[in-house]
Amino acid sequence: MAEDKRKVVIELRNVKRYFQVGSETVKALRGVSFKIYEGEFVTIQGTSGSGKSTLLNQLGCLDTPTEGEYILDGISVRSMSKNQRAHLRNRKIGFVFQNYNLLAKTTAVENVELPLMYNNKYNAKQRREAAVKALQAVGLGDRLEHKSNQMSGGQMQRVAIARALVNNPAVLLADEATGNLDTRTSFEMLVLFQELYKKGHTIIFVTHNPEIAEYSSRNINLRDGKIREDTINTNIKSAAEALAALPKPQDD
Amino acid sequence: MNLLNLFKVSITAVASNKMRSFLSMLGIIIGVAAVIIMMSIGQGSKESIRKELSTMGTNLLTIRPGADMRGGVRQDPSAMQTLKMADYQRIMQEKKYVTKVSPEVTSAGQVIYGNNNTNSTIYGESPEYLDIKQWVVEEGDCFTEEDVKKAAKVAVVGKTIVTELFGEGADAIGKTIRFKSIPLRIVGVLKSKGYNSWGMDQDNVIIAPYSTVMKRIAAQTFFSSIVCSAITEDLSDTAIEELTQILRENHKLKGDAADDFTIRSQAEMMATMSSTMDTVTLILVVAAAFSLLVAGIGIMNIMLVSVTERTKEIGLRMAVGATGAVISLQFLIESVLISVTGGLLGILVGCSASGFLVPAFGMPSSVPAWSIYVSFLVCVCIGILFGYIPAQKAARMDPIEAIRHE
Repeated sequence: MAEDKRKVVIELRNVKRYFQVGSETVKALRGVSFKIYEGEFVTIQGTSGSGKSTLLNQLGCLDTPTEGEYILDGISVRSMSKNQRAHLRNRKIGFVFQNYNLLAKTTAVENVELPLMYNNKYNAKQRREAAVKALQAVGLGDRLEHKSNQMSGGQMQRVAIARALVNNPAVLLADEATGNLDTRTSFEMLVLFQELYKKGHTIIFVTHNPEIAEYSSRNINLRDGKIREDTINTNIKSAAEALAALPKPQDD
Repeated sequence: MNLLNLFKVSITAVASNKMRSFLSMLGIIIGVAAVIIMMSIGQGSKESIRKELSTMGTNLLTIRPGADMRGGVRQDPSAMQTLKMADYQRIMQEKKYVTKVSPEVTSAGQVIYGNNNTNSTIYGESPEYLDIKQWVVEEGDCFTEEDVKKAAKVAVVGKTIVTELFGEGADAIGKTIRFKSIPLRIVGVLKSKGYNSWGMDQDNVIIAPYSTVMKRIAAQTFFSSIVCSAITEDLSDTAIEELTQILRENHKLKGDAADDFTIRSQAEMMATMSSTMDTVTLILVVAAAFSLLVAGIGIMNIMLVSVTERTKEIGLRMAVGATGAVISLQFLIESVLISVTGGLLGILVGCSASGFLVPAFGMPSSVPAWSIYVSFLVCVCIGILFGYIPAQKAARMDPIEAIRHE
């Protein structure tokens, strides 16, 4: 693959993150470097304590490195203020969290509109249009006005993905996005992520589950705050096929 | 995020916790209503006193012997004998801004008819006195200038005297009562004025020619005061100047010698009464305002709970791009929303209570318009003041921790 010609969305240069816990220094990231190109579907995989949550916080601009450089879509994040990072998150990043994090008693469309509420370039009409489009993209075009407590886990996670897509982010950051879902729904979610990948979205999927790596285009394996392995997956499994192969549930 | 969106978010948040929002509003509602009711009672009392004083004549001027003196030693003014017949006559000749004049001599004592008796005050006056004090003769007539000249033993009496001595509604005209053993024939009965706001029975009064009271009852050659009415209320000050000049000349006071009399206008009396009422109102309002303070603390408490409860929401909002300032503003608007809604309801409750409930208890009430504006402003301030700390708490949250908060 002619990697050099592709656009670099994320570049980490020897990123270190240390935490001071009492008198001890916890080295969560001990120097991580990689580049992620536009249109990649990368899984960042590691056991708990491997530093993947810390890395996710770095990638999501929720935190800044102790040492090293992080460049997101050509912008250096390291020296940015809190407010600047909030602005950057709003424009460049779409978050999908493990436990959906939808606003209670709020409709699907209002939940999806949320990131655009903090973007003055959108007026109410444009916001609504973008939200409806994003919900259609995740297959919830018929559930716009459903409230978050009237939806299943899978539907809620779809809403969360739509919310992550609505601002047209440079990168989609998923944190254990299938962690709370049953096997069948998890595969449905993977099918969706693969569809988004095919449409050209850049996706980073953080997970402890090594199985998921088989459905992504690249896998970065973390251990003790360092990259253990960084492999390109040439034989991407189809989540749709895996879903079809699952035993049918009794009722549905 | 623009302000309109923030408002929408805040309204949704307040509305989704109806019970809690209402309970924290309740303090504000009660506080504001209390303040408004207190103010309306204060204002109402003031207005009713003003009305009452004006029925005594707003253009009333009273000349008393002696001068006001706060420091130093001075003789008891009532013992001073500076107001004489000559003063009265001179005023009558030279007055321009004064219409009616009546010298006054009073004496308190027992009044007897048959085997009934009561205690009253006899006022020695000229016939013009009734006009000055806006008394109306209901039955019979007032005594005349002729009676004054002859120091006739006649009198006009108030309703209370009639009731006490002759029985309610009895015909008193032509009957002779005895005041300090001096017989007085009743020539007129005054229309009732009722009690004044100090609780004094204004109808317990006997009015006789000043000459009669001076010569036959009080046995004195000087007046205890002279009451006059200025042409209009506005000309009271000019009338006072005129009277001062006349009296100074008559008393041969030269240059910078102090006046040996004082002239008070009804306007001055009103000002004094008003300021007394203002003090009472202020005390009541301050007491009510403390309940607003407590209500504000209640709002702060509920907002702190709300911020903690919604840690995850705050984390999410920050993750998708809300800055600390925007988060802080959201919670600030929420607390202002609670306090202002409470305030508006409180104004409603306060106004309707002063409109219906207070009069039902027989108290005067009138809601001053400014008290509504002030209450509203105070509520906005309470919302900001007591919402600030919770809002700051929300704004300072770390998005990483907040979003993983369980």
